[in-house]
Parts: sequence; C-alpha cells; structure tokens
Amino acid sequence: MTETTTPVAVRRLLDAFPGEGKAAEFRGQWRVDLPRERVLDALRLLRDDPDLAFDFLNDVTCTDHPDEEPRFRVVWTLTSLSRGDRIRLAARCPEEDPVVPSAVPLWAGANWLEREAYDMFGVRFAGHPDLRRILMPGDFPSFPLRKEFPMEGERSDREWARWVIERARRPEEAAGPASAPAPAPGERAP
Amino acid sequence: MAGGIAGGGTGSRITPVHVGEFQEEGGFVLTSVDSIINWARKNSIWPLPLGLSCCAIEFMATAASRFDMARFGAEVARFSPRQADLMLVAGTLTYKMGEACRRLYDQMAEPRWVIAMGACAASGGMFRSYPVMQGIDHIVPVDFYIPGCPPRPEMVINALIQLQGKIEKESPVRQILRRPAPVAAAGAGAGAE
Repeated sequence: MTETTTPVAVRRLLDAFPGEGKAAEFRGQWRVDLPRERVLDALRLLRDDPDLAFDFLNDVTCTDHPDEEPRFRVVWTLTSLSRGDRIRLAARCPEEDPVVPSAVPLWAGANWLEREAYDMFGVRFAGHPDLRRILMPGDFPSFPLRKEFPMEGERSDREWARWVIERARRPEEAAGPASAPAPAPGERAP
Repeated sequence: MAGGIAGGGTGSRITPVHVGEFQEEGGFVLTSVDSIINWARKNSIWPLPLGLSCCAIEFMATAASRFDMARFGAEVARFSPRQADLMLVAGTLTYKMGEACRRLYDQMAEPRWVIAMGACAASGGMFRSYPVMQGIDHIVPVDFYIPGCPPRPEMVINALIQLQGKIEKESPVRQILRRPAPVAAAGAGAGAE
C-alpha cells in the first residue's frame, strides 16, 4: 500500500480516527478496520461528508473466525451512487460480548440486514428496533453460519417432524419468542 | 349430452352398464355408487400447487396449453386448501415452510391426495442442510413421488394418470360407512329423538 494510491475516503477515515483505524487493500478494494465504538461515527462521516457521499448501504454481514480473538468481524459495504465508489468498513467483536452498533438510525434498510446477521451468527446490534430472527424459526436454538454448527443441523428429521406438526396445529404459539434477549442496560445506543 | 356417463371406471370391479337409451330428458344408466363416485373424483382432481422452487415453473408448463393438464380434468389450480383435492408439493420444503405445508394439508377436505414433485420434495434432493426437510413424507402422507430435478411435465402427467388409477380402485361407499358417527356437542340435541 502506498500513500499516493490510497483513496480519499480511506485517508479521511484514518485521519478522523488517528491510531485506531487500519486500512487493507485487495485488488483495488479497500477495507478499513475500526474499533466497534467508532463504527457509527465512521458510517455517519462516510455518508454525510459531501466529498465522500457514500449514500447507499449495500450489505451488513458477518464473518466467523473461531481461531482468532475477537472472533466475529462485522462488515458494512457502502457505495457512493454519485461517484461510483465503494468501501468496506469492518469491526471485530468477541464471542462473549457479540455486540456492535446498529446502522438503522442512518439507513432504514439496515434493519433486515442486521436481523439476518443476528440470525446466522448471533451478533447483536445495539439500538436495533426489532432484533428478531428473520430466516430461521423464532425458537431455533443455534446460529447456523457459525463454524462449529454442523452442516446437516442439530435436530433429527423425526424431531423436526414433531416440531412441524405441533406448530401446524397451534399457529398462535408458532411465532416463537417475540424478540431477541434484551440488551444489557449500557448496550443500547442513546 | 347423451350417453356421457358411459365408459367410466375401467379398473373398477363393476363397470357401468347402459340400460336403455338416453332420450332428450329421460333415460338412465345402471352402475355402482363406487364407480360413479370414483369416475367423478378421478376426472376432477383439483390441485393445490405448493410451488416452492423451480419445480413450480415446470408445474406451470404442465398446466399450460402445450402439455395441458386440463385433458385430465386437473387444470383448476385452487389456492384454497378447502377447494382442493390434490396437494402438489413442487419444490424444496424447508422446516419453517413445513409448518404451512402441514397446516394446508390439515385444512383440505377428504378425499385428499399428495404428490411429491421433484427430488427435493421426495427426499430433500441435493440439500442435506440444516433448513431443508429430507422429504415431505416426514409430515404428510404421500401418494406419488416424482423423481427429477425438475421433472418433465410428462412425468407430472404420468403421476396424475397413476393417481387416477389409484382413485379408481378406492371404495368410497365403504369408507363413508366405516366412518365413525359424529359426536354430538354436549347439551345440543340431547333427547331430541
């Protein structure tokens, strides 16, 4: 990485959070790693700065690195529709405290993306208005895209069949728990 | 239409027999109740298409004019289980969707039949993974399995014809007589006779 080729957006981020950011490049695609406390400020800077204008949130997703510490890396992919530029923002969070700030206050579209990341990895988004599972059933006990989760699942077909028939008979109970476990008091964004 | 009833029930024990001749408004046909019920049922199988993935596209082809399921009286796809005779599960059934599948089956009036169309509905297909049910027969009884990924429309029609054959061999009268009498609701109608 040479300083001359670093895009403006990456440099702005590194300057805004001195000593905290780490930039990485792969085939012309840039990623900036930040502590999770800085992510919301960084997203706001990227969106609202008229020179950067990253106005579109492509995706919020997660990767699992069981051998590393902290274990999870949450990734935000942004596009500037006016400039045709892209950037990725990433933040790590540990397994014991898998919480990152929610981007819903900045992009309403982050709602379902974050629900999917929560559903698959168990990463919680502090400040999300309605953090429920979105793909798996509400009472599903595991997070299927974590590396330790077996490909073929944990329940046998017989158990699943019993579960399906039970729920089909009593639809009013089928919704499962209304919401994810409530975040700890200090967790919610103001 | 004169003589419209003749020819039903080729496989049934008692074939319909013409006696006399159809006149303008009169005439009659002698047959067994089983034959006439089976004849009506097998020629009006209204499917409830549970189109869950690519097999549903092939089902649409089966219903459209080139293959034309209407030739077998099965063109009236009903999206209400109350009006359907055949649940045609076309595609990958996830456990979460299995709940809806089972509830639809429970809501269908008897007689009802089920066809598992395609490898996924029959066995889970290539998806040996955590959300996919390994064959719909874990939650509903299946009459016919159609292999293929997806099956050709001819195979769907073949299953339909085989289902007609199965319906022909049923004994609806015996089934109705064997059905337990409905239990009167408490307090209602007690001592009415």
